[in-house]
Amino acid sequence: MSSLNEIRQMFFVECEEQLEQLTDGLDTLQDAVSDGTQDGETVNTIFRAVHSIKGGAASFSLDAITRFAHIFETILDEVRGQQQELTPDLLQEFYGASDYLAGLVAQSAEGDEPEDAALEERIAAIAALSTAEDDGEVDFSQSFVPVSLDFGFVSAGDEADDQSAGFSIRFAPTAALYANGHEPLHLFRELETLGRLTVEVVPDDALTDETDPEVPHLAWSLSLTTDSDESAIREIFEFAEPHADLTIVPLDPPAPAFDLSAFEAPAEDGEGFAPPAGPENAAESADSSSSTSAEPEPQLAEAEPTVPEPAREEKKSTAKAGPKATVRVDLDVVDDLINTVGELVITQSVVTQSIKEAGLQPGTRLAVSLEEFQNLTRHIQESVMAIRAQSVKPLFQRMGRIVRETAQIAGKEVRFVTEGDDTEVDRTVIERLVDPLTHILRNAIDHGLETAETRAAAGKDTQGTVTLSAAHRSGRVVIEVADNGGGINREKVLASAVSKGLVAENATLSPSEIDRLLFTPGFSTASAVTNLSGRGVGMDVVNSEIKKLGGRVSILSTPGEGSTISISLPLTLAVLDGMIVDVAGETLVVPISAITETIRPRSSQIRRIDRGTQTIYLRNTTVPIIDLGQVFGYADAPALDREGVLLLVEDDQGAQRALAVDRIYEQRQVVIKSLESNYGHVPWIAAATILGDGRIALIVDIDEITNTGTPALQPGTPATKEVPA
Amino acid sequence: MTAEVPAPAHRMGEFLTFYVGEQEFCMDIMLVREIRSWTSVTTLPHAPADVLGVMNLRGAIVPIVDLSARLGLGPCERRDRNVIIIAMISEQAVGFLVTAVVDIVEVAPEDIQPMPTISCAEACDFIGGIISSNDHTLRVLCTDALAATMTAVSTVA
Repeated sequence: MSSLNEIRQMFFVECEEQLEQLTDGLDTLQDAVSDGTQDGETVNTIFRAVHSIKGGAASFSLDAITRFAHIFETILDEVRGQQQELTPDLLQEFYGASDYLAGLVAQSAEGDEPEDAALEERIAAIAALSTAEDDGEVDFSQSFVPVSLDFGFVSAGDEADDQSAGFSIRFAPTAALYANGHEPLHLFRELETLGRLTVEVVPDDALTDETDPEVPHLAWSLSLTTDSDESAIREIFEFAEPHADLTIVPLDPPAPAFDLSAFEAPAEDGEGFAPPAGPENAAESADSSSSTSAEPEPQLAEAEPTVPEPAREEKKSTAKAGPKATVRVDLDVVDDLINTVGELVITQSVVTQSIKEAGLQPGTRLAVSLEEFQNLTRHIQESVMAIRAQSVKPLFQRMGRIVRETAQIAGKEVRFVTEGDDTEVDRTVIERLVDPLTHILRNAIDHGLETAETRAAAGKDTQGTVTLSAAHRSGRVVIEVADNGGGINREKVLASAVSKGLVAENATLSPSEIDRLLFTPGFSTASAVTNLSGRGVGMDVVNSEIKKLGGRVSILSTPGEGSTISISLPLTLAVLDGMIVDVAGETLVVPISAITETIRPRSSQIRRIDRGTQTIYLRNTTVPIIDLGQVFGYADAPALDREGVLLLVEDDQGAQRALAVDRIYEQRQVVIKSLESNYGHVPWIAAATILGDGRIALIVDIDEITNTGTPALQPGTPATKEVPA
Repeated sequence: MTAEVPAPAHRMGEFLTFYVGEQEFCMDIMLVREIRSWTSVTTLPHAPADVLGVMNLRGAIVPIVDLSARLGLGPCERRDRNVIIIAMISEQAVGFLVTAVVDIVEVAPEDIQPMPTISCAEACDFIGGIISSNDHTLRVLCTDALAATMTAVSTVA
């Protein structure tokens, strides 16, 4: 059971990959449609992706996916066979269908059954796109509907065979077919959906006592009456073909002569008539099936010299378009490796430090090797971190679905553009970006973009554009959501904030301060709560989620031209840029991302408000001081009495706080270690790390300390400032 | 992590015996991962008095508990023979500072008697049973109960 579950898991992982290819293909098609350069191979790729999902889903009896993929595939096949022209409208339908298919896959992965009514509706909607009304409608529904009920044998109906052609198929599996878990019965059932099928077993004559039970001795001779062409049959055998001897011969004369076609259409799969592939030259993957069919059977060997040229070309182009070779590894294994490498780095620095203390002469062999050792360790660490990194592409594609869905509900025309899809980020970061990005994108479409009429009146393209981009910038990842809408309506924002009591009525705020009000808890400008956004929980949740990831959100808006929200994130959650500080004899780490500035204050700047609270008067603002030594109970007297240093940080509302520490040692990257796994949460501490000498240092949780450590100030009043990256 | 469940020790045969102060205790050897000599720890702010801090155990952050203080016997007196017993309790690694490790004994499950209910000192909450022989008495530590109280304290704090 567990192994079946594993295979099921693998199916869903593969589904993700297929869906990625599907969306990729659609994007390529979209460009192609607007340029007027259509490319048959892209449609093929899309078709194959849907087909693979269908095939996999059928083996796990995921009826909803199978049925939907089947109908989707039928329309794609029409486009592929050029029975239908690919119009921009049709492409939009394809996007819708691929989103719905992705939804079905996600639902099934969770173990949920999709709603029947909705499914029927979607299936009917897609089926309505079919142009094969003239002769196809009856056949189509008849050959399709039975599949939906069960996968038993159902005849395709009598009308079908009047005008249809047929094929004679000989199928002789090898042992490998069974070893790979294929079952001829399933294939025949699938064949049966194409038309009327008769199956005859051809036993091996040579059954003796010495017969090897591991070697298959049965072959089948099938005759199929169908409207479908040979490619449809080949597709059913797509995965079985490499492990079997498959011969497909048309029963009717209309197909061109057998050998001729081999030369005329050497590299075309799925169109017309391709020669059968012998098992010896069949390639393993579906991707290379095009080149497979190009290679003639042994009896056509004399023709071979003419074939390789186009075949190789074809292969090259598919290889270029195909996915990168990857290895699937359990995440735990990777994490374990990362931990071990983290240990290696620490041990390395302990060794280096000890040897230096023992009096190492520079330039000796030991010193040189030690340096080499250091470089190698760093290299290993970087490579291991790269394993965890993942491109943001699947995330962006998922966001594409959200954009289309939102645009539909909001009734706006939106062009969604992505840039820097291949930017790599730690996979945990990616997972945790889903919710914040969803919020931001919904906001951009719902609030950011104007309606088509308003846009037209302003002389803009009626179709709004939302751009999602990712880029590496000085050791961090910057993800931006930009819209070309109307920009932030600052008057409305300020009025709303005042009416909600978030800002004092007489306060004067700079434009950027007003923009930042969007991130204030409880703020929402929408006069009516819409389905999409406007519950007033969106943007402040975004802000706090991103902060938890060690990132920062900033907003840039130009009235009439649009807004850009930028998220700057660390490359990984496993490593943090920290400032190592001394607090009353204890070593602590403060995340650099939180620190805006460090100050050695003059005593004249320090003011004591009441018994305990100190403040610093800085650029016309009074900033409360949080003494870390006192917060953590390490010291009774404030650090400033011992000539301490202040670290300026911002809380999640942009208000400034100053953290008092005794001394700053250095800035360095630290490996984050959880305290929770063996102990529990420690107040005001986010995690721990191991320093070069093997000792543990605690990492300060800035958010917690700024929110609970001091009396709350009126939000928005202190000056906001961007952190230098 | 429920305290009322008796320690799995009752079904096992081997116990690690050690001194906490002047008293002898033991725990199921299957829970013990390793025994380490005392190294300095990093103190945790606002931790209960018996949580000495955390130490680096090959990259994992392991909390160290003063078993003597936890059992209500007062803070452990520092001596050279002090050791830390690293135990794995409900998937969490915990280090117990004890005065000294004594021996490993084999005990048949039927020789473990339930704790008499008359006494109600703080330590009794953590005793899963008693092993009596001719010359002395061994108390079997119920590590689950120990860990349960530690987690509770740390989350409340």
